[in-house]
Amino acid sequence: MIRVALRGLGGRKLRATLTALAIILGVAMMSGTYVLTDTIDKAFSQIFDESYAGTDVVVSGKGADISFQGTSAAAPSVDEGLVDEVAALPNVEAAAGAITDESSTKIIGSDGKALNTQGAPSFGFGVDATHPDFSRFNAFNLVEGTWAEGDGEVVLDAGVADREGYQVGDTVAISTLRPKQDFEVVGIAKIGDVNSLGTATFAIFDLAAAQELLDREGQVDTISVAGADGTTPEQLVSEIQPVLPDDAQVRLATAEAQDDKEEISEFTSFIEYFLLAFAGIALFVGAFVIFNTLSITVAQRTREFATMRTVGASRRQVLWSVIVEALTIGILASIIGLFAGLGLAIGLNELFKALELDLPTAETVFATRTIVVSLLVGTIITLVAGLFPAIRATRVPPIAAVREGFTLPPGRLHRFTPYIAVLTMALSLFLLGYSMFRDELDTASRLLSIAGGVVLLFVGVAMISSHLVRPLAAVVGWPARAIGGAAGKLARGNSVRNPGRTAATAAALMIGIALVTFVAVLANGMKASNREAIEDQVIADYVVTAQDGFTPFVAAAGDSVAEAPQAELVANVRSDLARVGDAETYLTGIEPDTILETYRFDWKEGNDSVASGLGDDGAIVDANFAEDHDIAVGDTIRVLTPSGQTLEQEVMGLYEPPPFYPLLGGVSVTKERFDSAFERPRNQFTFVNVAGGPSGATTAALTEAVANFPDAKVQTREAWINQQDEDFNQFLTMLYVLLALSVIVSIFGMVNTLVLSVYERTRELGMLRAVGMTRRQARRMVRHESVITALIGAALGLPLGVFLAALVTRALQEFDVRFSVPWGQLVFFAVIAVIVGILAAIMPARRAAKLNVLRALQYE
Amino acid sequence: MQTEPQAQSTNGAVVTANDVTRVYGAGETAVHALRGIDLEIQRGKLTGIMGPSGSGKSTLMHILAGLDRPTEGEVTIDGTPIARLGDTELTKLRRRHIGFVFQFFNLLPMLTAEENIRLPLDLAGGKNDKAWTDEVIERVGLGDRRKHRPAELSGGQQQRVAIARALVSRPTVVFADEPTGNLDSTTGAEILDLLRESVSTLGQTIVMVTHDPNACSFSDRTLFLADGLIVREVAKADAHEIVTTMEEVSHL
Repeated sequence: MIRVALRGLGGRKLRATLTALAIILGVAMMSGTYVLTDTIDKAFSQIFDESYAGTDVVVSGKGADISFQGTSAAAPSVDEGLVDEVAALPNVEAAAGAITDESSTKIIGSDGKALNTQGAPSFGFGVDATHPDFSRFNAFNLVEGTWAEGDGEVVLDAGVADREGYQVGDTVAISTLRPKQDFEVVGIAKIGDVNSLGTATFAIFDLAAAQELLDREGQVDTISVAGADGTTPEQLVSEIQPVLPDDAQVRLATAEAQDDKEEISEFTSFIEYFLLAFAGIALFVGAFVIFNTLSITVAQRTREFATMRTVGASRRQVLWSVIVEALTIGILASIIGLFAGLGLAIGLNELFKALELDLPTAETVFATRTIVVSLLVGTIITLVAGLFPAIRATRVPPIAAVREGFTLPPGRLHRFTPYIAVLTMALSLFLLGYSMFRDELDTASRLLSIAGGVVLLFVGVAMISSHLVRPLAAVVGWPARAIGGAAGKLARGNSVRNPGRTAATAAALMIGIALVTFVAVLANGMKASNREAIEDQVIADYVVTAQDGFTPFVAAAGDSVAEAPQAELVANVRSDLARVGDAETYLTGIEPDTILETYRFDWKEGNDSVASGLGDDGAIVDANFAEDHDIAVGDTIRVLTPSGQTLEQEVMGLYEPPPFYPLLGGVSVTKERFDSAFERPRNQFTFVNVAGGPSGATTAALTEAVANFPDAKVQTREAWINQQDEDFNQFLTMLYVLLALSVIVSIFGMVNTLVLSVYERTRELGMLRAVGMTRRQARRMVRHESVITALIGAALGLPLGVFLAALVTRALQEFDVRFSVPWGQLVFFAVIAVIVGILAAIMPARRAAKLNVLRALQYE
Repeated sequence: MQTEPQAQSTNGAVVTANDVTRVYGAGETAVHALRGIDLEIQRGKLTGIMGPSGSGKSTLMHILAGLDRPTEGEVTIDGTPIARLGDTELTKLRRRHIGFVFQFFNLLPMLTAEENIRLPLDLAGGKNDKAWTDEVIERVGLGDRRKHRPAELSGGQQQRVAIARALVSRPTVVFADEPTGNLDSTTGAEILDLLRESVSTLGQTIVMVTHDPNACSFSDRTLFLADGLIVREVAKADAHEIVTTMEEVSHL
């Protein structure tokens, strides 16, 4: 029996290949994701292990451990004198201080602009290369030149040097917490043995120079300590602990490395889940394709199954023959997909390298988990999708062996299908509603029930769609009839001949189109909300932000822009993490004199005079934050800063910012108060008003004023909003590309169905050719049928996507997300569907046209 | 649900039909395909069933072979009443007692000739009697075509494969449904010779449904059907006699 199944598969290679491709893509994406993230993870852990290789324990500043929305506050610096104190301890063999700053050091690229790290750290290091134990603690490997000594020298990482064409001896401009200055590149270094870490940049200064540039006079960020022979790191910790002040701590180097690793794996596991979600979508679509292909195959092999029954095959054996076929496709496809994914991951890594964005290379990690999960998921999905066709095959009665043109009657459950479909959709809506409107769910179960709901929704719609094929084909088939002539008419007829088959084929495309539509509609609403939120709040002419638009920038840049003659009025907004009570949030520092001219408060309690009259011990609180944490006007709140300082502020007023994008933090105090509590205060925004409104000349003048702070970007309010839209569009493009994978899978499904239909209608095509249909018309007939199927997919997917977006918009009501349908884009997606239809038809149409008329008519 | 087959009847009948009727549809439009058939098929004989189209001969064969169920009446094969058997029992019955030869051969295209022939044994499980299989293959004259796929064989060769497939499980009875219907007359005659020979030398019981008078001249006995009833029965006869009887039958 197994032989029958395997031979059968071998005899239908094209079909088997197309079916397998539907699964291969999804599995490849899955295994590729695993391999890539595992490899990155391992490489980073190697780097962290290496960089702490000569270090037993690390002394660093101890602050309040504050993190909010994925950002963690940097630990404060410690007094430099501590280095000698620690070094003097009896069991300490060596101790060296260093400066580590993750965000303020901006290297100017060859185009004169600060290198955009796209959210990755822009490291500034200070190391003392003359220290006798320097090499023991050093994590960098100099590949050329020397280490920086004294002011004006810097060592760059090999990645930046290569990308920007800097060589030893060149001059490079770097801005730090000081304005931009020129440095001589005296050396080029690797991190461990890699050229760079993705888009992160490294500038390594002399220790004393870094202290000055990064505002750490008399301070260091870390002290690396090595113990004398025979001293365990734990002993060192207990020896060092007593000499440390309250604001410093000592930790095992292994624990530091562990923390660093966890931070990276948090990031990689986010990427992992993100990409796996798309692999899952592709596999889901693949399941439809497999279900459909096997269903058609089973229908076409009715006589074969019946014959097997007459020569003694039991139902179970027939079931097995189909299941074995599905299983074989599933296993082979999963194995191919597994290795394709491995290749994909290696290829991506090479690509990053080619772009000089080396991710740290480790030996490619091909974990057992990757192999097991990829093979299991791919195989099980194929098997599940093959189960219904297999059961259907068992219902072929033996008498079908002797009856010409026997068609399998619909199953016992068939007449209940619409009810089951409605039930499925009802269940799906319940799940969706439950996940979106129940507040107390945790994220994991929320996401799970959303995913479950969406899957059920697609299945339900697919089940009922066979009833919609006829009316839909009448509508979307109209152009085919109009422009396709006789061939178009036949195409429309063909598309409704077997509504179930057309529906299942279209359903696969429907999923991709629905998801793309969902993203487009939701994104459109978010852009609208974003614009509205900004327009509601900002009344300034200009906004100064960091180049990437979201990280804080050097406060001095804000002061520089104020020096431009065109700047009539400047309002700096400081921002950093803080803890208020036990809630973590952003604390902003505002300038009472000018804020009202640039920022509009929507007061809930209080009025503009609260802001303009804000004293150093007062605070203005976001009404939503206040409500969540039981804060009322007149209360005194305690604000803890990362360096461990506590501010006591009296709440003077509450305002309601647009929930989609509140520009200020949960709590705002005066800029002076803010500056007193943070070691190195930075700006989130600097708002600028100019005489006579924005103009090209004014923009140029303001930009010139911050030229020494290349990380600062001057934009009009309008340009700022547009910039955000553009950044968002880049993210959307990535989503579309990932979703395109599932559309490609559905194309395979369409090709499959068409090839099978052409095969099935061989005799009919022969007849049509015999009565005068040209090859061209035969091709056109197949192509139109394909386009009609694709358009049915679009006709189902577009409204479904809009519906899902409406639902999510409703669920995001508290963030005030707008619902706005981008009609132009939806039309574009429909056009894409037509193109998909045309592409899918190329090969089947060619086959139909190539048929030999005589042989087609003789065909059994 | 059924008892084991009882010891077989006295007169050597391996297949019996007892007042078998078959009605398609209901009410006004009901079609009475069979209207009370009684017959006995003798062991070790080639029995022909003849009749004009629409006479019910195919329906009769389907019911005798357990492919279709009678509306009323009972059919036994080797003493087992089969009219009410479930799917599993019918499958077992087919494995042990029934072989089929079809008009359109019905070979599985992906299997070789030999694999097609062995298929009933493979499906039934149990040990594969290689010597017997080889003998059957030699007997049907396919010794040099074992590894060929159906698509590489002529119609006559394909039907030989089908006959070998039917014989290989040594069934109680082989049902041949228009075995020459899709072959030219020379090849058809060869196939009929082969069937005849399996009866004579192997003692195989064969029931052959056909509308070809020439085919029935190979039978030991021919039953004539008209309008759902057995209207005549002739013992071994030549083609001319069959044609004459056929003429009489159609004018009844």
